[in-house]
This record gives sequence, structure tokens and C-alpha cells, in this order.
Amino acid sequence: MPGIKDKVAIIGMGCTKFGELWDKSAEDLMVEAFVEALEDAGIDPDDIDAAWLGNQFTEINLGHSAIPLANALKFPFIPVSRVENLCASGTEAFRAACYAVASGACDIALALGVEKIKDIGRGGLPRANEDIMSWGSLGKAIYPNWINPNPGMFAMMAMRYFERYGLTVEKGKEILAKISVKSHKNGALNPKAHLRRQVSVEECLRSPIVSFPLGLYDCCGVSDGAACAIVVRAEKAKDFRKDPVYVKAIQIAADSGQSFLHQGYDYTHVETTTRAAIRAYKEADITDPREQINLMEVHDCFSITELVTYEDLLISERGKGWIDVEEGFFELDGKIPCQPDGGLKCFGHPIGASGLRMIYEVYKQLQGKAGPRQVKDPKIGLTHNLGGQPPRSVAAITILGLEGV
Amino acid sequence: MAVGIVSYDVYIPRYRLDRRLIRQAVGWVGPYVLPGEKAVANYDEDPVTMAHAAAFSCLSGKRPPEALLFASTTNPLREGEAGAIIGTALGLGPEVRTVDISNSLKGGTQALLIGLDMVKAGVKGVLVCAADMRLGRPGGLLEMFFGDAGACFLLGDTGLLAEFMGHYSLSYEFIDYRRLPEDRFVNAVEERFIREEGYGPFVIEAIEGLFKKYGVSAKDFAKVGYPCLNLAQYQAIARRLGLEPSQLESPLLEQVGEAGCASPLLILALMLDKAKPGDDLLVVGYGNGAQALWFRVTELTEGRGGKVERALKRKRALTSYERYLAFRGILPVEVELLGDVPATQAPLLWRERKTVLGLWGSRCKRCGTPQYPPQKVCVNPNCRAIGEMEEYWFADKPAKLFTYTADNMAETLNPPLIYGFVDFEGGGRFVFELTDCELDEVRIGMPLRMSLRRKFEDRSKGLVGYFWKAVPIFD
Repeated sequence: MPGIKDKVAIIGMGCTKFGELWDKSAEDLMVEAFVEALEDAGIDPDDIDAAWLGNQFTEINLGHSAIPLANALKFPFIPVSRVENLCASGTEAFRAACYAVASGACDIALALGVEKIKDIGRGGLPRANEDIMSWGSLGKAIYPNWINPNPGMFAMMAMRYFERYGLTVEKGKEILAKISVKSHKNGALNPKAHLRRQVSVEECLRSPIVSFPLGLYDCCGVSDGAACAIVVRAEKAKDFRKDPVYVKAIQIAADSGQSFLHQGYDYTHVETTTRAAIRAYKEADITDPREQINLMEVHDCFSITELVTYEDLLISERGKGWIDVEEGFFELDGKIPCQPDGGLKCFGHPIGASGLRMIYEVYKQLQGKAGPRQVKDPKIGLTHNLGGQPPRSVAAITILGLEGV
Repeated sequence: MAVGIVSYDVYIPRYRLDRRLIRQAVGWVGPYVLPGEKAVANYDEDPVTMAHAAAFSCLSGKRPPEALLFASTTNPLREGEAGAIIGTALGLGPEVRTVDISNSLKGGTQALLIGLDMVKAGVKGVLVCAADMRLGRPGGLLEMFFGDAGACFLLGDTGLLAEFMGHYSLSYEFIDYRRLPEDRFVNAVEERFIREEGYGPFVIEAIEGLFKKYGVSAKDFAKVGYPCLNLAQYQAIARRLGLEPSQLESPLLEQVGEAGCASPLLILALMLDKAKPGDDLLVVGYGNGAQALWFRVTELTEGRGGKVERALKRKRALTSYERYLAFRGILPVEVELLGDVPATQAPLLWRERKTVLGLWGSRCKRCGTPQYPPQKVCVNPNCRAIGEMEEYWFADKPAKLFTYTADNMAETLNPPLIYGFVDFEGGGRFVFELTDCELDEVRIGMPLRMSLRRKFEDRSKGLVGYFWKAVPIFD
């Protein structure tokens, strides 16, 4: 199979603290993530040949095009582009940088994701209108009067999942609560996380309903933040550092429309995740993900998303992800620690930055630099970055690993 | 040539407000007491949607009419034609002649008369629909009286359920209820004056005028019906005309309320529901005078009966008067209304009028898969044929709820916003808002029907956007 396994390596990464960063502008965040990545890679700004910016809500104090990035970092007239694929924009920027390096078009490329959504001045994400949520111009005329479709669209997956696998709403919510409790436990260990308080299952179950059956603790944080990666061709990686992290696979999949409009979709899984995962495993030569993957950061925008993602990534059997949850399979000390950094749930979710934040955590874990949340001797890590909603999504998966695995 | 009623149906909104709740909340304003409950339109309903709902079932299985008349004193549009909206949403083609009849309470009967004249003149099928949702000020007598409803009659010259026999009409400039364009609430002059100089005398004059015109009398009619604008005067009219209590048809005041233009049509529907072949029926519309219409029920019984009863049975109590006020925007409540509604795109709504107002989708000619909104490339993963679509109407297809949620962060006057994915019988799936239901009533798999509702209001363009929602079927 064609692919870029071991052709590209990450030599530096940066990530700001995520959160409600009232006193920081998008420019501040971009510079902060960039400086950390530069220092980590040990290069000069002038060494960068090309850059990609990942961002979704460009209207919120950023601006269209890649010029905001080029201006903020004062890049000397190099090629800079903006990419956008909803919540998967960060991974999309990373993919572009990796492909540029793999193709030989440049030696060193940068990917940076940023979002400054807390400037809208109210909770939740900005309004989903035809301009910013890509619903097409029919949006206002025919879609429900949601301000943002995400909680509801994922809540409907929870309803189907519970129905299909015979879970009562009470039992289902309890399983979902355990997923969130785990992420809060991990997030509490992470100084860069947005939410750093441990919570109990009871607290989760008591939380107000956002979109039935999902409550507040089933939803991730909405945050400002930025994250950045610097990549080079693999054979040059050791020139920069002794412990580069190698890209084993990057795959994305966009829904064909069948999950939204065709009755064949069961709404208990996200088809794009599975399609991208199958291709990514092939690209990375992974034959048994449950055994070969050592840690992962998945797109837990909602607790139910994380649950079905276990199954969509072929880690848990269909309909049995909730049993793995109950058995602690994804805890920090479990077989495959999931969301060691707290995930979207607690690290937070500045849309365009999230994909790169996941890669940042896997990078640090593979280098053994994750501090109190360090997973024991990981060799392969996976990130799963999902844009859109279950019936209308784009999934982006990266697999990263140490040299030679 | 015999002309008359070919089909009919009524629409009564599901929510009912017990008048005691009004009394409890605002009884301190006025000492008014009326028995029973009133029908109140949901927050997303208006006369256009109510008339459409009645028309939709009235027209089911019938040949498309050549004309559509819509009567209402509370037409949501001051400029712009509601009839064209209703026609498009009924799936009618552009050849249909659409007419709005506004301003007078007798608009409902007036529309019937105009429609009957059109049929006589050779128009094949005239659909007459009427609906009203008049607002009385909180605590006033009118608020107690008024109820919201719609009704629809398909008129023609064959297959008649009832034949039109004649009418007697009066037009007076009598000051009773008035509104200027900027008024939300109905203004009334002294009630004693209205009932003693207008309501009572006009109804009597119209009926007696008809008696005289055709040489008939009260005893010739199986049923006589007229709206109730005042309880005592309502009875006094019947006594004056010598009507037996068994002859008098209920004005549905205790079940629906006084429904403006729709009232006489509701009463006529109720009479038709219960009539025997050969019965003579007399219905009166009041407003700027009065109009008495005489119908004779034919031997044809199919499609006649049970309409009003069915509509009355579909109900759920609105347990809070304040919620009614919020539905009407009288009581501002702290809901997520962002205000920064994106500007309405007129070119889009024109281009997509059949998709949006008509709920037309497409069906793949190769694999037969229905899909909404209409696609160019077939969405069936095993087909994906390009450019092989035909038009397909979803509005009349039975449907089931595939999954749902209740969103507390959506923009609605009636949180939480319930919506779900709807699976149409025969294929096709889309996400629709659910309405006329509460979260505790909603279940995966429940049967649904589609209903035209208000979707948004764009004050900057002076328009109301309509779209379809799914309504659970409970019985």
C-alpha cells in the first residue's frame, strides 16, 4: 500500500495551556506554541520552509487565509496556507506539512492549529449558520434551529447506542460518566489542561442536561489554545534530536452523505472513523490494534463519541466498548490508556488546535516526557480527530511511533 | 348546476389552556369567567400553518384544486400572499389561483361564497381554508373568548357531500372589533353595544333574510350554527329564531374558543360530521354584518364524519398560562435567542421553494431510493447514479422516529428543542424538529406525520420562514 510510513518525523512540538484565556489573543497563542516548538526542535524560524495553519472559526478574531499565521510569526515570505476540516483542522494541517516533507518539496515544515472561540462572549460554540458550519446554504431553511448541532447530534447517537445494545438511559449514562471521570482523573495531572478537577460518577450524573441524554459532564470543554508541530524528512531527523517521533500513518475519511440521508446508517458508530482507521492500520502495518497500540488520544468531544470510537477503531468489539469501560481497559493504568492528557474533555477543545494537541501528547509520551501521567514504555500511539457529527463527519487518524517499530 | 362541498377537515392545535389558569394568573385584572378550555396554537404555529394543516388532510386523495382561498384576520403577512405559501406547501403547481381574504371576521364564510361562485363559473375545484389566532390582552374578556383553529373546505360540482342551496349576506360598517396594522391585540368597543346593536341583530337579520329569500323557516333546518361572541346573546338569538336546543349546533366555545374566520367553518364541519342525508344546515359568519349559508347534505357519506371529534381528541393541556404568554412573545423569557440571524437569502428560498416549502426530495430512477433534500448523485452507497433523479414528495409519507434528542442550547421559544432523525416509509431520512410534544412523550420508533410550521422570522426582510416538522401520532 502507498503511504508515508517512517518517511517523516516530528522534531519539535509546542502547545499552550488550553482554557478560557481571556487575556490572550490568537496572536499570543500562536507565538507561544511556536516558540516552544522552535526551542524543542532547536532550530531558527528561518529554517522553516513552509507552514500550514489549521483553524475553523476564522471569523472569531483570526481572519481568513494563512496570513494571520504568517503575520503573527513574521515568516519571511515563505509558502503558508490555511486548511480547514471542522474539528479535524489541526490534523489536516499536520497532514499537509507531513506530505510536503515526504514529497521532497521542502525539508522542514510547520503545522500550527489555533482557536480563539472564547471571544464570542457566551458559552458553547459559535452559531452554526451557513457561513461557518458548512451546512450548505439550505442550512437556515431546513435544519433544526440549533445554535450548534454538536450536542444534539451526538446525543442522538447515545440514544441509538443505548437502544441497540439494551442499555437503559440510566445505565448508559453511568457508563458515559465513567469515561468522563477517567478523563478528569488524567486531566488533573496535566498542568496545561483546561479543567483540572477530579469528579465522581455521581457528580456527572447530577449535572444539568445539555442535550438529552447528555449532561454537562458528557461534553468537552470549549477553550482557547494553540499547538504546533515541526516535521522533517525521517532520514534527517536525528540531525536535530536523538529522540524524534516517526509518523507511521495519517489517514482521513469524509462521509459520502449516506450516513445522513440513507436509512442504512445505524447511528451507533461513526463510519468515517472506521474507514480511516482501517487505512491507517494498513499504512502503519498494524494488524492487531488492541495489542499493538500502546496509548491513544481520541476525539472525545462527548463521552458517547469516545465510547463508539473504541469500537470504530477496532479496539473494542462492536457493542462491547462499554464493557471495556467498566473493566478499566482505557484507564491510565489499563491496557490501552486513552486520553492520558485529559482529552478534549479536560485538556479542552480549541477546535483547530485539538488535532495537534493530541499529537503533542503522544509525542511527549513516546519520548517519556509526560510527567506524572506517563504511560509505561509506549512504542505506538494513535490520535483520532473527528470533525462534524456522526452522520456528517470527517475523521483524521495519525499513528506515531518510535524508530523501527 | 349543483355546487357544494366535496371534502372538508379542521385543524385544532394540540395545546389547550384551561380558562381557570387564565383566571388564576390574571383574574385580578378582570373578573371574567368562562367555562372550559381554549385551543392555543403552539409557538411555531400561525394561521398559515393551521390552514395548511386543515387543507392538507382535506385535500388528501383529491384532485388538485384550480384555486385556493385563504381567509384570516390574523394573516401573519401584511404584504405578501399567504395563499401562495399554503399552495406551495400543499404541493400544488403554479397554475393554482391563490387569494388571501383578510380583515373581516366573516372572511371564512365570504371565502366559501366566493369559492362557490367560482365553481359555478367553471373553476374546477376551489380550496377554501380559514384560520385565526386572535390575541386578547392578558386579563381581558377577549383573551378568555378567543381560541385558535383552522378549517378547510374543498368546493366543487361533483362528488358533493353537501349541496349549496343559497345564502343571505349583509355588509355593515359597524364598529365592534378593530386593529390597525401595528396592533397586536384586538380592540373592542363596549360589549353591550356590540351584542345589542351588532352581533344579535346581524345574525338574526341574516338568518331571517335567508328564510324570507327562499321561503323557508327555522323548522326546515336540521341544524343551525353561528359563533358565540356573548353567552347570553347567543341564547337570545336562538330563542328569537324559535330554534329548538336540538337544532342549535355548538360553537365549540368550551373546547376551542371563538376562532375568528375559522369559527363558522368549524361549526359547519361539526354539523356535517353528524348530519343525516337530506339534512338542511344553516351556518352564519359574523363580521361587518353577517352571512347565512344554506347547505343540504347529500346521500354521499364517504369522507364525512368524525373530523371535529378527532381534532378535539388530539390534545394536551398546557399547564402554564405563562408558557402561553411566552409562546406569543408577550412574556419575554430568558432563552437562547441570539438575534444575529443570518440574512435571509431570497434567491435561495426561490430556487429551493419546492425543497423547503413543499418538502419535495428526489428518488433515484435506477435504484428507487428516496432522498431528502433532493440529490444529484444517488446517496445509496451501492448505486451512486449521477443525474438520474425524479421528484419525490415526502410531505404525505408516513414516518417513524429513528433517534432523537432534546437540546437545551438551541434557539427556541419553547426549550428544550426536540429534534430527531426521521425515517420515511419507503425510504429517505432526514433530521427534523419535533413539535406538539413534550420530551416525556417521545420514544424511538414512534409514528410521525409531517407538519408545516414557522421556522424563523426575519424582521429585516419582513418575512416568516416556514418549514416542516415532525409531529408524533399518539393514538
